Amino acid sequence: MNSPRTTTYREAMREAIRDAMNRDDRVFLMGEDVGRYGGCYAVTKGLLEEFGPERIRDTPLSESAFVGAGIGAALAGMRPIVEVMTVNFSLLALDQIVNTAALYLHMSGGQFNVPVVIRMATGAGRQLAAQHSHSLEGWYAHVPGLKVATPATVEDARWMLSTALEDPDPVIIFEHASMYNMEGELPLDGGPVDLATAAVRRSGTDLSLITYGGSLPKTLAAAEELATMGISAGVLDLRVLRPLDTDAIIAAVSATHRVVVVDEGWKTGGISAEIAAIIAENAVWELDGPIKRVCSEEVPVPYSRHLEEATLPQVQDIVAAGRDLVAR
Amino acid sequence: MSASRSPKDLLREMLRIRRFEERCAELYQAEKIRGFLHLYIGEEAVAVGVMGALEPQDAVVATYREHGHALARGIDPGAIMAEMYGKLEGCSRGRGGSMHLFDAAKRFYGGNAIVGGGLPLAVGLALADHLRGSNRVTAVFFGEGAVAEGEFHESMNLAALWHLPVLFCCENNLYAMGTALERSESQTRLTLKAASYEVPAWEVDGMDVLAVGEAAGKAVESVRAGGGPHFLEFRTFRFRAHSMFDPELYRSKEEVEIWKQRDPVEVFRTRLKADGSLSDDEWEQMEREVTEEIDGAVDFAERGTWEPIEELTRFVYSEGGSS
Repeated sequence: MNSPRTTTYREAMREAIRDAMNRDDRVFLMGEDVGRYGGCYAVTKGLLEEFGPERIRDTPLSESAFVGAGIGAALAGMRPIVEVMTVNFSLLALDQIVNTAALYLHMSGGQFNVPVVIRMATGAGRQLAAQHSHSLEGWYAHVPGLKVATPATVEDARWMLSTALEDPDPVIIFEHASMYNMEGELPLDGGPVDLATAAVRRSGTDLSLITYGGSLPKTLAAAEELATMGISAGVLDLRVLRPLDTDAIIAAVSATHRVVVVDEGWKTGGISAEIAAIIAENAVWELDGPIKRVCSEEVPVPYSRHLEEATLPQVQDIVAAGRDLVAR
Repeated sequence: MSASRSPKDLLREMLRIRRFEERCAELYQAEKIRGFLHLYIGEEAVAVGVMGALEPQDAVVATYREHGHALARGIDPGAIMAEMYGKLEGCSRGRGGSMHLFDAAKRFYGGNAIVGGGLPLAVGLALADHLRGSNRVTAVFFGEGAVAEGEFHESMNLAALWHLPVLFCCENNLYAMGTALERSESQTRLTLKAASYEVPAWEVDGMDVLAVGEAAGKAVESVRAGGGPHFLEFRTFRFRAHSMFDPELYRSKEEVEIWKQRDPVEVFRTRLKADGSLSDDEWEQMEREVTEEIDGAVDFAERGTWEPIEELTRFVYSEGGSS
């Protein structure tokens, strides 16, 4: 068995794109500044030189048109990877994602599936202020017809894309911008991962921390700190927000009887509310205490560092919620 | 295909659409068809003329006023009528209805009921052809109302920038639902908008099927030969209300009557009769055959079945795994 190597989330994602481009002529990538600029988070750096401008296509700032064009090309049998610079700008393409990509298969009676992959950066934490700090993964997860993937490890960054490209239906991949520099181990014999199941990232017996995406590193840090206090916290990484792995959520609750949901999105109408509802519907008698949620404050994310920190879920908030729950 | 179509064929195609939709209106009153029903009556020459210029391998993206396009593209009228009935035998299994007719075999990509929403899709279909080196053409239909949407401008620019084989077919029937063009656009010469993206753009008499066919033929030929996207503005008029719920408060009866003098079916019929290429007998026979075909379609829809509710959740996602 080969030993693992260390790489970054960004490089793992680039490797995934390169690999997909090499393996399948139908795959091409388009988006704003993906080519000459190298990608606004440098994920696609060097790919233009490697694959040329036909397959690494710089687009104008026309989110609706190029996302729609990706959908159209997918309908015609291509396997486009559309990069939307950030989730914030994806709102300009909502019509195409929600009204076209998500609906066409059902509305056409099964005739037109849309095998498009849409990648976008998400999340806050870098003092970019309200219009560049949204976490709207939960919104997209609301819509039947879409699949929503949130790779939170280097391994998922490396391997979720190929599975998404093989999927006959639209998959949106959310990459939390704070994770691009994150280092992790990549087994050399790794391979495609599923887009259906959650993963236990740490086992625990006293409580379960349920999270996804950019909140996973914070949640793991909180579990580590709780351990120093003698509290054994398990961490469930949802990995995919649609379809949600309901069985894994119920299993986590049934194992520890206490649960904290950690989500950078807002609480109201958010994915954390959905998780809480799933627990309430399916496993309420398993609970030894209330379901706790650590989410962003219900405000637009502010610029000022101390205000932004106060807005977002922090390690200490997760630790406090866990301690409080176990102390009951 | 256009060259092989005789004037009588063109008349018959327009008549099929006219009579089919008149029947749809009756069936709506009879509550056989529900939801929104947008009739194309008055605009038939556009769909018939453009479809005649396309080849089977080309793609079509249409709007929610697309019965005419679907019929002219060759989708089975029984499957269209069954769709309006909401039956399983409909061309979208009854999931789409009047506004969402689909047919993969005919490369008919809907039936898009978001104004402007089909334009980016058409750009993508054409992009796929461009990447594969195929010489197929994608024709996308939209009303003049769509010109106010950002998606129109984004799509126009992208298609021109990438030199993609798209035929933009703007059906200018002067009213976006109830809003007249001059009340919604600072520049009402739509070809100028296309020209600003370096897209060849022509105004065409959309009430004259021969003029439509000629313009579409030239444009398709140029697009197919690698001439990049083209824009055709068809000047036309819908004789009926926007939908079955529209009391038509925004336009005068006189205006409608003036346009009806230019009825694409009647004017063309009179023309063929005058030049001796259509006898009264032939016209009557054409009417009979069209009526029979529509009777057959209605009968097919009536005999259709309802999709079992257990199948409701089918096709939210594809069946059968990876593609």
